[in-house]
Parts: sequence; structure tokens; C-alpha cells
Amino acid sequence: MTTNSTALPLPASFALDRRIQRPLVILLALAAPLVALSMGKSWVRVLDFALLYVLLAIGLNLVVGFAGLLDLGYIAFYAVGAYTWAFLASPHFGIHLPFWIVLPLGAAFAALAGIALGFPTLRLRGDYLAIVTLGFGEIIRIFMNNLNQPINITNGPQGIDSIDPLTIAGLDLSKDLDLFGFQIPSLTLYYYAFLACVVAAIILVRRLQISRIGRAWAAIRDDELAAKAIGIDTRMMKLLAFGLGATFGGVSGGLFAAFQGFVSPESFSLMESIVVLTMIVLGGMGNLAGVIVGAIMLTALPELLRHFAVPMQMALFGKTLLDPEVLRMLLLSLAMIVMMLVRPAGLLPARTRYAHRDRRNA
Amino acid sequence: MITLLESRAVNKRFGGLKALTDVSLTIRKGEVYGLIGPNGAGKTTFFNVLTGAYAIDGGEFVMNGAELPSAKPHLVVQHGIARTFQNIRLFRELTALENVMAGHHIRSSAGVWGILTQSRAAREEERLMQERALEILDYVGIGRHADTVARNLSYGDQRRLEIARALATEPQLLALDEPAAGMNATETAGLRTLVDTIRGDGITVLLIEHDVKLIMGLCDRVAVLDFGKKIAEGTPAEVQRCPDVIKAYLGGHRAH
Amino acid sequence: METFLQQTLNGLVSGSIYALVALGYTMVYGILGLINFAHGELVMIGALVALQTVTALSGAFPGLHPVILLIAGVAVAVPVCMAVGYLIERIGYRRLRNAPRLAPLITAIGVSFLLQTLAMIIWGREFHVFPQLVSTTPMQPMDGVVVSPLQIFTIVVAFALMGGLMLLVNKSRLGRAMRATAENHRVAGLMGINANGVIAATFIIGSGLAALAGVLFASNYAIAHYAMGFTPGLKAFTAAVLGGIGNLPGAMVGGLVLGLVESFGAGYIEHLTFGFLNSSYQDIFAFMILGAVLIFRPSGLLGERVADRA
Repeated sequence: MTTNSTALPLPASFALDRRIQRPLVILLALAAPLVALSMGKSWVRVLDFALLYVLLAIGLNLVVGFAGLLDLGYIAFYAVGAYTWAFLASPHFGIHLPFWIVLPLGAAFAALAGIALGFPTLRLRGDYLAIVTLGFGEIIRIFMNNLNQPINITNGPQGIDSIDPLTIAGLDLSKDLDLFGFQIPSLTLYYYAFLACVVAAIILVRRLQISRIGRAWAAIRDDELAAKAIGIDTRMMKLLAFGLGATFGGVSGGLFAAFQGFVSPESFSLMESIVVLTMIVLGGMGNLAGVIVGAIMLTALPELLRHFAVPMQMALFGKTLLDPEVLRMLLLSLAMIVMMLVRPAGLLPARTRYAHRDRRNA
Repeated sequence: MITLLESRAVNKRFGGLKALTDVSLTIRKGEVYGLIGPNGAGKTTFFNVLTGAYAIDGGEFVMNGAELPSAKPHLVVQHGIARTFQNIRLFRELTALENVMAGHHIRSSAGVWGILTQSRAAREEERLMQERALEILDYVGIGRHADTVARNLSYGDQRRLEIARALATEPQLLALDEPAAGMNATETAGLRTLVDTIRGDGITVLLIEHDVKLIMGLCDRVAVLDFGKKIAEGTPAEVQRCPDVIKAYLGGHRAH
Repeated sequence: METFLQQTLNGLVSGSIYALVALGYTMVYGILGLINFAHGELVMIGALVALQTVTALSGAFPGLHPVILLIAGVAVAVPVCMAVGYLIERIGYRRLRNAPRLAPLITAIGVSFLLQTLAMIIWGREFHVFPQLVSTTPMQPMDGVVVSPLQIFTIVVAFALMGGLMLLVNKSRLGRAMRATAENHRVAGLMGINANGVIAATFIIGSGLAALAGVLFASNYAIAHYAMGFTPGLKAFTAAVLGGIGNLPGAMVGGLVLGLVESFGAGYIEHLTFGFLNSSYQDIFAFMILGAVLIFRPSGLLGERVADRA
């Protein structure tokens, strides 16, 4: 990269001592829904979605950031997970399986789709992969839209509704919980369930990153020929990245279906894939903290635009020149271009570590 | 003397161009074997065919009595051949330590499940790998740079790191493609000592080099390639006297 | 037999448009090794700019002959697209020529979406009717086969452009410089070729072709829309890969083959799948072909002219 990623100094707030930083982040993550609730339920909803996007971004980062494979149809795996849940836990087929069967199944299907997709393309140049995955995303959408006849499988563009909510050990997360007189809203319950998933994902991905597999991915990303020359089976490792990344997509898709209670092809457009990609690019490819920050920022963006950009335009011009949706697309596309040109390491340029290292040497 | 690697009538064509014609040579265990020749003689092509970067068009390589796979670089490494590149190819975003640990990939075995659950075996293997990588970095003399990102290392240290990464694959044959290219006199002298040490530790070295002085001082035996054919093989002194070699280097037959 | 001829004709029409767009992909890839994701958007810009011009002109001078309108539309759309194509290269890609390969790819996607969004701001989200400037009155040269002057016009124009491009690349000084630069930027530079200029020229020529393809596309479907560039862009890329990316004749052959396969596929898909799939699946043929080519013949039908840059 022409720009040195370490050239820009970190803002002081990011450079907080690790001992303070970690408890602070944990506290923030735990308290967030309570703060949001005081601002209104819709903000808790935003947080829930933010966590789903974080999960997606962590999965995509595994593929793009670690292994350097550009996947433009990532949202298709999200769709596979979501539709698996919708098929197996809704009145649509009259099947109502519990989450501990449906969620792993969705993940497995997504992983299979990922491997099937990666298989023909992974020995070729990376750009082909980008296009093929883009095409795959579209194919999945075409099937979701049209497989309502002659046999109704997906219910077409109308989508599937009344999907079973997430129910863990008899606790239905779609209903407010009455705990010793305290009302815990469903949205908050979902928040903590998703948070648990995100934490698990972070731990698992960190373990992969600091391992022979994580290093093999980074090696392939940095120089594929040299990676082969030290004996790495690059096709195998890429397939692994692809399959594992897709698994994350599948899980978040299932959670999305349960949370939303409704799925339709519209939720899985190319735009969504691009949004998740931008989250990674914005925060810093490869670097988990950056990816998470990017995901949260971009989920909050439409809400912020709705709340601030519209009134501001009204005040300045007397009318809304650019509606929030357009403004969001504009900002996303600009973010991708500008980040690549100016700050390719992302907003939070931390070096990704691929080895444990004794503190005394560092 | 035990034979380690034998090339038998190896051929490589690029379209109509014959890059290698029936190249046969024998590398013995424990020696430093030099491959020299004018620019475009086919030295690097020979390397690339040997290490599986290119497919072989005829003939075979036999390592320890077993035929090497063609065009499968990652399998060639498992047979005990490691290489470096003429234009350094490191994993630029990884530290020196991580580069060497990546080199350990095929000598480690932790799987996805073991890594995700952080099984005792996986953790132990990771710890050993790191220890071993630090040893190798010390061995090539850049231990103090273990935590430096590869692209920030000096040129000479990058060359050393590439050798360290190759050593991490635990090769029997270390193939170095112009390791002294672009080095100054001090760095070259250091490299020479390093190659001597490596040989002393029982690793056979195959060396492509332009620097005839380095070759003559370092190699036990030398083969000369010209226009994709082997025109001489022997000790440096023998080869130096060979008329074909002199002609090739002075460009006698290039006039027409 | 009639269906066969009819589908062949339909396939040639869409195929020749794909071929024009595919040329742009393949030229840029041949020189930079980059997939210019934003190329499809130039098709859209070409169509919408032409539409805007035609609408403005026919508003100001009612009764103007359609051919004049068409020429005016093209005369504005082509330079606009050329300018946009140049700017994309100059601002977006030039700085990233030596960056890791993911960077220009991501930038290209960003540029693609930026252009779409800007188009949405300028022309709105609605579908615009593209006027019939060339007659679409069906003629019936034989029983069961219908062809319109517009379809003939499309095929003729596309083939003329492809012929012109081949002449340019094979016979002109610029063409020679382009081929030299595709072989090796640095060496071409040493030989006195202005590589930056050649690369810019490549983008400009490709963009001009895309603009014309856009006008043809919009004329044939009688519609223009801010997102109309995406699908033909993707299909044209498939065509380029099918023919062997980096290979100009390959892009043309690939475009025509893809158009034909789609046309026949759409015509026969219901029979082939016993009524399970219908013509709404037409768009998946391109991807199925792409997948098949990548598995069985990654160098494409005519092979890759430019050596693999490993």
C-alpha cells in the first residue's frame, strides 16, 4: 500500500490503556440498551440490528480481511440462514423446530453454499471471485423471488411471515419479560442474546486469527505464490475461510429471521452486501475492533441521517433535497472510495496480530 | 556421497521457446551446489519447475528416491525443498516472527476444531511453534527484529527473513534464488557466513547466483546453464577452465 | 424452425450490445489487470444523457426528425461518458495502480455505487420511457419471424463499431501503444510510450463504446433507469470472461454467444425443466455460463492474450 498504515497517529481516546479500555467497552456494551431505551424503543431496535451487522461483518472480515478474498455476495449466506429458519420454524410449512436445531442447520447450509461457490473460483484470480459471488447473490435472490410456483417454496416477493421467535429454555424473547417487577422489553432481551453471540464470535475469530490457520490466511492474502512456496495448500485454506465466513452469515441470518418475524427477498439485495463490505473497509480490514466500530457506525447512520440530516436540510433549504436513503448511499460509496485512496488501513488502524507474544519482548 | 536430488532430462517450453532442454544434474547430500549462467540461461526457470511453480514438460525430479509432483508447489515443500525468491516475497503485513511461524504451517497440525476449542494440544503446538520461530530468527541473525513488520525491515534483513521462513519448513534442500542480489559487500559477507552455517547444520543448499566470486568461494560443485542446456558441471575450479563456459560468459557464440 | 430463427435474431441483438460493453471490460483488464466494476454504469449514463438530450431538443424544436434527435443524443452522450470514464481512471484508479489488488477492486465498487446514486439524484428513481427514434414497426421477412428496423440497426451499428475498434487497435499508432502497454507498462514507458496517456485513452474509448451500447440498449427496451447498468454490466463481464478476458475478438464472440444462449435458454427453459423454471430465470444463464467457463475453461473460448500476472 502506498500509504503507510501506521503513519497517522491514533487519537488519544483510542490509545487508552488496555486495562481501562476493556472494562469500559464491556460496561458500554452492557449498558447500551438501557441508555437507548431512555431515548425510545426504536433506538434499542437500532442496537439490535447493529449487533446483527457486527456478526455479519465479523464473518465477512474473515473472508475479506484475513484471507483477502473479495466476496460481493455475502448477503446470500445471510439469506440462506434466514430462509432456513423461515422454512423450519414458521406456519409456512407448518414446521416448528427449536432454535438449537434450526440455527446450526442454517449455518451448515450456508457453509455448504460457501464451499460450493468457492470451489470453482478459488484457484483463479481474486477478481473472478468477486464477480462470481456477486452473481451468486443475485441468483439466490432470483430464486427467492420466483420459487413460489409451480410449487410454493419461498412464497415469492411477499416473503414468509409469522416466523417463530427465538425461544431459549422456554423464554420467548419476543415477549417482554417480567423479572421481579421489572419489565424487560423484548428488544432488550434480543439485544443481550445477540451480544452473547457477538462475544462468542469475537472469541472464536480471535482464536482462528492467532493460529496456524490465521497465519496461513494472512500469508495467502499478502503473497499467494510465496504462501504456496512454504507449503500452504492455498485452495484448501481459501475454502476454509469461505466456508467459515459463510457460517457466520448463516447464523446471523437465522437470528435475523427470528428477530424480524418476517423474511422477504428485499432484505437480501446487493446493496446489503455492499453495506457490510463498507463496514469492514471503514473500520479497517482485518482488524476486529475496527470492523465492529465500522458496523455500528454504519447501522446507526440511516437513523442519524433521519434525525439530523432531514431537519438540517429543512432549515437550510426549506425542503429535503436528498432523502436519507439517497444520502446514505452517497456516503457509503464515497466512504469506500475515499478510504481506499486516503486511509486504506481504516479508521482504527491497529495492526492485526497473528501470534501471541510475550509482553516482555514487545 | 549420497544423492539428495536428481534432475533427469528436465524440459520446459514456453510456447515455441525451449527454456530448458534435457537438464540433468545431481545434488549430493550436504553440499552447496551452485547454478550459474548468463542472463536468461534458464536458472530461475529451473528453480520454478523444481519447486512446482511451473509444470514440467518432460523428464523428472527425484528427491530421496521419490519423484516430485509437478506444478504442486505446496506438495514439493513436503518433500523437503524450500525456496526463496529473486525479488523478495515476504508476507509484508506480518511481523518477522509471524512470517517464520507461517513457514511452520506444514510442520504443524492443529485443526479448526482444536483451534476453536483451544485444546491443550493446539495451545502447546502454538507455544512450541513460537519458540522455534524465535530460535530460527536468532539463527539467521535477526532475532531482535522479531516484532517488526516485514515491510519495515531493511533489505538485507528481508533477505535473511526469507531464508528464515524457508528454514521453518524444515527442508533438506534449501534453494536460494540470487540471495546476494542488491546486497552490499558487508551484507554479502554475512550471507556467506550464514550459508556456511546452514551447510554445517546438514542442510543441502542449491544456489543461483550472479556473483561469480561468491559462487566460487562458497560452492562445492557448480553447474553452468546456457540457453537452457547444461554446458558444464564440476568443482568451481574445473568449471572455470571449461572452454564452453568461458565462451558463454564472454558471449563468443552470441555474435551470430 | 421459426422459433429457432427468431431466437437467433433476438440473441444477436442483445449479444451485440453485450459485446460492445464487454470490449470496455476487456480493454481495461488487458492493460491494467483490473475489473472496472463501474463500467456497467457508463451504459446507464449514456442512455440517460441521450434521453435527456433528446427530450430537451424535441421540447425546444418540436417536429425534429428522429434521426437528428438520435444523432444529437449520441453526440452528447458519448463525450459525457468519455469524460466520466476518464475521471474514474484519473481520480479513482491511477493512484492505486501499485496498491494491493483488493484496493482498486473496492474503489471500483464504490465508484459504481457512487455513479448510480448520482444518477438517482439527477434522474430520480422512476423508469423513463426511451423514445422510439428508429422504427420498431415489425416486418415479417418470413412466416413466424419478426424483425424490426431497430433490431437491424442495432446489429449493424454494433458490428461497425467493433470493426472500427479492431482497426484502431491493430493498425493505428495508438493501438500499437495500447498493445505494448498491455504487455508491460514499464517497458512500454522505456520505449517512449506515455503509459498514463495510453491507459486514459483506453478508458475513454471503452466509455464511448459503453455510451453507444447504452443508447442501443435503452432503444431496444424502450426504457431508461438509474440502475439499468448493473445487469448488462454483469453480463458483459461474463461475455468478456467467456471469450477470454483481455482478448478483444474474444469479447465480441463472448457477447454474441451469451446473447444467443440467453435467448435460446429463455425460449426453451420451460421445456427443459418440465415447467419448473420459466423465463423469469433468464438472468441466471449468464451466471451459469460464467461458473461453467471458470471451472472448465478459465482462459475462455479464445484464450487469454495477456499473460497471467501472478
